[in-house]
Amino acid sequence: MQQGDEDKKKVTVRVCIGTGGLAAGGKEVIQAFKKAITDFCVDLDLDFTCHYQKVGCRGFCARDVLVDVVDGETSVTYQGIKPEAAKRIVQEHLIEGKPVTEWLIDDSYYAFHDKQLKILLKDCGTIDPEDIQAYINVGGYAGMKKILSGMTPDEVIAGIKASGLRGRGGAGFPTGVKWEACRKAPGDAKYIVCNADEGDPGAFMDRSIIEGNPHSVIEGMMIAAYAIGSSLGYVYIRAEYPSAVERLKLAIAQAHEIGYLGKNIFGSDFSFDLRIKLGAGAFVCGEETALIASIEGQRGMPRAKPPFPVHRGLWDKPTVINNVETLSNIPYIIRNGAEWYASIGTEKSKGTKVFALTGKVKNTGLIEVPMGIRLGEIIYDIGGGIIDNKEFKAVQTGGPSGGCIPASLLDTPVDYESLAKVGSIVGSGGMVVLDETDCMVNIAKFFLEFTQAESCGKCVPCRIGTKRLLEILTRITKGEGREDDIKLLEDLCADVRVTSLCGLGQTAPNPILSTMKYFRDEYEAHIRDKKCPAKVCKDLITFYVIEEFCKGCGACMRACPAGAISGEKKKPHKIDPSVCIRCGACFDVCKFKSVGRD
Amino acid sequence: MAKVTIDGKTLTVAENTTILQAAKLLKIPIPTLCHHPKLTPFGGCRRCIVEIKGMPRPVTSCTTPVSDGMEVSTSTPYIESLRKTVLELILSDHPNDCMTCEQAGNCSLQDLAYEYGIRDNRFGGERRVYETRDGNPFIERDLEKCIMCGRCVKVCDEVQGVEAIDFGYRGFMSKICTSFEQDLECEFCGQCVSVCPTGALTGKLWIRKGRRGGQMETDTTCPYCGTGCNVTAHVKDNDILKITSREKTWNEGWLCVKGRFGYRFVQSPERLKKPMIKRNGAFEEVSWDEALDHVARRLSEIKEKHGADSLGGLSSARCTNEENYAFQKFIRAGIGTNNVDHCARL
Repeated sequence: MQQGDEDKKKVTVRVCIGTGGLAAGGKEVIQAFKKAITDFCVDLDLDFTCHYQKVGCRGFCARDVLVDVVDGETSVTYQGIKPEAAKRIVQEHLIEGKPVTEWLIDDSYYAFHDKQLKILLKDCGTIDPEDIQAYINVGGYAGMKKILSGMTPDEVIAGIKASGLRGRGGAGFPTGVKWEACRKAPGDAKYIVCNADEGDPGAFMDRSIIEGNPHSVIEGMMIAAYAIGSSLGYVYIRAEYPSAVERLKLAIAQAHEIGYLGKNIFGSDFSFDLRIKLGAGAFVCGEETALIASIEGQRGMPRAKPPFPVHRGLWDKPTVINNVETLSNIPYIIRNGAEWYASIGTEKSKGTKVFALTGKVKNTGLIEVPMGIRLGEIIYDIGGGIIDNKEFKAVQTGGPSGGCIPASLLDTPVDYESLAKVGSIVGSGGMVVLDETDCMVNIAKFFLEFTQAESCGKCVPCRIGTKRLLEILTRITKGEGREDDIKLLEDLCADVRVTSLCGLGQTAPNPILSTMKYFRDEYEAHIRDKKCPAKVCKDLITFYVIEEFCKGCGACMRACPAGAISGEKKKPHKIDPSVCIRCGACFDVCKFKSVGRD
Repeated sequence: MAKVTIDGKTLTVAENTTILQAAKLLKIPIPTLCHHPKLTPFGGCRRCIVEIKGMPRPVTSCTTPVSDGMEVSTSTPYIESLRKTVLELILSDHPNDCMTCEQAGNCSLQDLAYEYGIRDNRFGGERRVYETRDGNPFIERDLEKCIMCGRCVKVCDEVQGVEAIDFGYRGFMSKICTSFEQDLECEFCGQCVSVCPTGALTGKLWIRKGRRGGQMETDTTCPYCGTGCNVTAHVKDNDILKITSREKTWNEGWLCVKGRFGYRFVQSPERLKKPMIKRNGAFEEVSWDEALDHVARRLSEIKEKHGADSLGGLSSARCTNEENYAFQKFIRAGIGTNNVDHCARL
């Protein structure tokens, strides 16, 4: 006996296959659900249709794999799902009608989302990124249709200008102004380039947007192309993002298939096509002139501006280069109006910004917040505070070009001007939370290692200057700092900042300058007292046994990889500092807190 | 047109003129290191930075075009302090072995260090150390002395069209190298040697043959081909040590491998200085008159006996156009055959 389709029980299982979801086993989870449901249907002679929906990043990566089980009208979200959990969820939830409480999202899940305002990420975690129809169903390409059915390019530009949208790649240049300059630049051939060369350590918003909602970027590029008068666009994307590249390729192919890309789009005179160019792994290629050189097949090295790319860009033609997040905003602005967008955010920074919240914070993941939200709200309300309730020390924003902001400035609103005022930047949206166990000199050193290794080598201050800065920081962390090193760092930072050719060198000193500004005492402690207050710098700490607590259990002795610990059973042990490699294994393994660090 | 004021002096120039070019017209010196007037601007050495009123940070004058109303200061104490820092940084990664360097006395970096009086450097630290291992007979590359000005890369690409070298690697360890770091295998025109501002690139032929002192420079014409490039022979004790070419010649200072490195024939003991006739299996030196008579007689004999088409002439690329013209005229009109060709066509 065959039931009609209408009578069948309809279930949707929605699984995150963003980067975090995939890494946590999203694909295996889908397979497990498919198998569990099929098995039960056979065993119990059930018949219901199940729709397996793959969705992009939902933000709360710390809780991956996130799974929505939609049964009729009710949707239940599970967190931390492993493939093994599928069977129990199918049995208890779908068959017996009782959701499995063990894996249900809790209050912290809601707290994580409470202060967020999701515009770009809203569709990202709900639609299938591999299906153009899913994007169209939630209003996708309506913006493009709207402008093609009666908006002039100048009206589009005026709208973007009125929205107040500024570049999300880091510098915050007004997008509409950039478009207008390119539109006015003489020349027939013009290009729109999407900068998807996301490279800041820890930042993954551009990747998530392309993986979760690639069509929003394509639509954004189409609108930009229409506005500036371009018929060819390039997406410059990291080769290290294979799934983003795949989904983008698929999205472009699907858009072609239904005539959304190609000649005479929607029956208009407007034609537009897209090409993908894979980056070769150089951080500096995120700098627009280096990016252009890279697309042209040359070594990715920046050149001096002016002339700016809007006047002389790709193949020497007027070119607009916009970041993924910037472009992804465009369809929503066109669809909902400039006024709507301008109503979000602060006076000079409009809309929302996506941040990758990482570090020592309880809730890590991808967040989207309205501009102007306080740093403290992000860290304590969304982030849930510091892991193990340790003391907050600083938040690093803007990646290697940014700075560290101390606890005293947690009231700072997150917008372009305010973060610049305290010595950092919005940047592309990395946000690393540091606690009392982080050494600020070491943090500065980490970022300088990055910028030095990624310098293209073209200009002297960046190639050699950042190397010398890194060397000075290294000797400070080794206890070999000299009394005048702070002054030398300050002087060299100031000169590298103004003499470097491109943004990479110009902003490379920021992590040093901001940490020296707010945590000067740590620098002084390293140099004068040869101590690392956070007890991170190996050369400046010694491990010793606190005899009165030591039970002589031998755990430390077994854990020590260097054989530096000796002692008889049940008698206090000893650490030989000349053999100790300061790895901290004894400190971590001791249950009696009898290993001290100084 | 744009009206620009540099150090108080005003000038009106075309809008795509760079600040550096405009300053030159005003005879205001701006120090440069990576800049070469015949190559596209690079902007890497940061020597030529200047301040522009209203701009947040200094700009490189070699890359920045003038705009109307621009006010430029080329040598404020602040700018000079920045230039000094950049110079210290370059010198902190330089062998500083001018004592034995081939280029001493003719080195832009040495001149700058002298000008700024840099003896003590605030910056020390790691220096790039490379092995020199080129197997070619012409060009020695000592990358430790390379200041990454990029002139060699540009001349190879923009003038010679060869692209034998480019920038490689990243950060402090970036360097100029060939593809996959193979030995240099190019035309060996040596244009890169001629534009290198330091001792990083040298002609192997003149290493240890003497630096500038005691040398006589004689301007002459390259004998190799009809192009007739102007060259300068650096002569010491009647021996040619080196060939260069001045920038203000019609060939703009550019030369090819033959003109630059192929000068040793001048002093070769094997060089023919007088005509010779082979008699009884051995060459004998003879006078020009005797040689020409001999050739004329034999040509006439052969033509009479076997006809004009039994003769042919092959001319040389080392002759001028005029000489080549006269030669073919002689073969065609004098001998009476069209059997004439030229080695450059082979």
